[in-house]
Amino acid sequence: MCGICGCGDTGEHHHEHEHDHGHDHGHDHGHAAEHAHAAGLAPARMVRVEQDIMAANQRHADANRTYFAERGIFVVNLVSSPGSGKTSLLVRTVAALKAEMPVAVIEGDQQTEFDAERIRAAGAPAWQINTGKACHLDAHMVGHALEHLPALEGGILFIENVGNLVCPAGFDLGEAHKVVILSVTEGEDKPLKYPHMFHAADLMLVNKIDLLPHVACDMELILAGALRVNPAIGSVAVSAATGEGFGAWLDWLRQGRERARRAQHGAMQARREALRRELASIDATLAG
Amino acid sequence: MHEMALCEGLVQALEAQAGAAAFSRVHAVELEIGALAAVECEAMRFNFGIVTRGTLAEDARLDIVEVDGRAWCMQCGTTVTLRRFGDPCPHCGSLQLQVLDGKQIRIRQIEVT
Repeated sequence: MCGICGCGDTGEHHHEHEHDHGHDHGHDHGHAAEHAHAAGLAPARMVRVEQDIMAANQRHADANRTYFAERGIFVVNLVSSPGSGKTSLLVRTVAALKAEMPVAVIEGDQQTEFDAERIRAAGAPAWQINTGKACHLDAHMVGHALEHLPALEGGILFIENVGNLVCPAGFDLGEAHKVVILSVTEGEDKPLKYPHMFHAADLMLVNKIDLLPHVACDMELILAGALRVNPAIGSVAVSAATGEGFGAWLDWLRQGRERARRAQHGAMQARREALRRELASIDATLAG
Repeated sequence: MHEMALCEGLVQALEAQAGAAAFSRVHAVELEIGALAAVECEAMRFNFGIVTRGTLAEDARLDIVEVDGRAWCMQCGTTVTLRRFGDPCPHCGSLQLQVLDGKQIRIRQIEVT
């Protein structure tokens, strides 16, 4: 963070550094830069902007959230480091729920279709997003992925984010909850090492508990660390390999789905009201 | 890592402003970054130099102002400064803190012609 390198300081050092940086680029673009700053052209002026640069993503996330609300879809954004067992957990989860309700999965990886194929083999529709170089999914990508999935009215959509405990924390996709998965093989200090993700999540799944007899991992320390960065986080210990702990996880999902279904009515009424106003406005224009 | 994407969003926001505010060149950008935003300032500078090439903000100066986060301490019943997730309340040491702000990555103002 900025506190470590001191770049947040507003003192002289900060500005000196800025200039150094400018000169580095100046070697490539020196001539253009001279023109840009040449005197005699219109004088430079300041424009106040006050705009969050995540605003574009937020607009897409809000649109996704409205889409989900009007269809009563409960959406979970699964985040973790690579190898924590997200896909294995999802394979077991969709297999358990698919007879009960519509379920689908959006998979995010830099490359390959492997994960989506595993979900389809488990009996649920899946759409793979390949992010290329990007280290996270954004709300725009998710909005387009929805075009490739069947209607999920009253069901659950799982979004498996790119395996990365840093970047996906900052991107709202329109989900109801971020769920962070931490496997017992990763070390109990992860919540303190990667606090942004554990702060952003509402639930932590501690996975691979079937391996506890073989690894030195203190479950109490994991929970204490997570609560330190997020006093409101929930926690469930599971094993995607054996199914241990899945009862509590599936119940958490069923409760979320019920909430989404109950809220659908209100979302539809809000939509109806918005359409009614739009129609009244059109009628008024036509009549005038 | 995602500073590249953030810088692309920054350039898009500048381009979106160019028409309404009637400018064709951006010479400086003042960016406010909350202490709780997962953003590495040095990576922002590095990516800003790359992403702005060939755009209206080529060679622009990037000024980053870091601001502290704020949280509500449930123990003290008051607003406190929070510079890092997991830090205790500076007054009572409690960890029962509800984050109020500090995650923003906001363009404050720009210098343009």
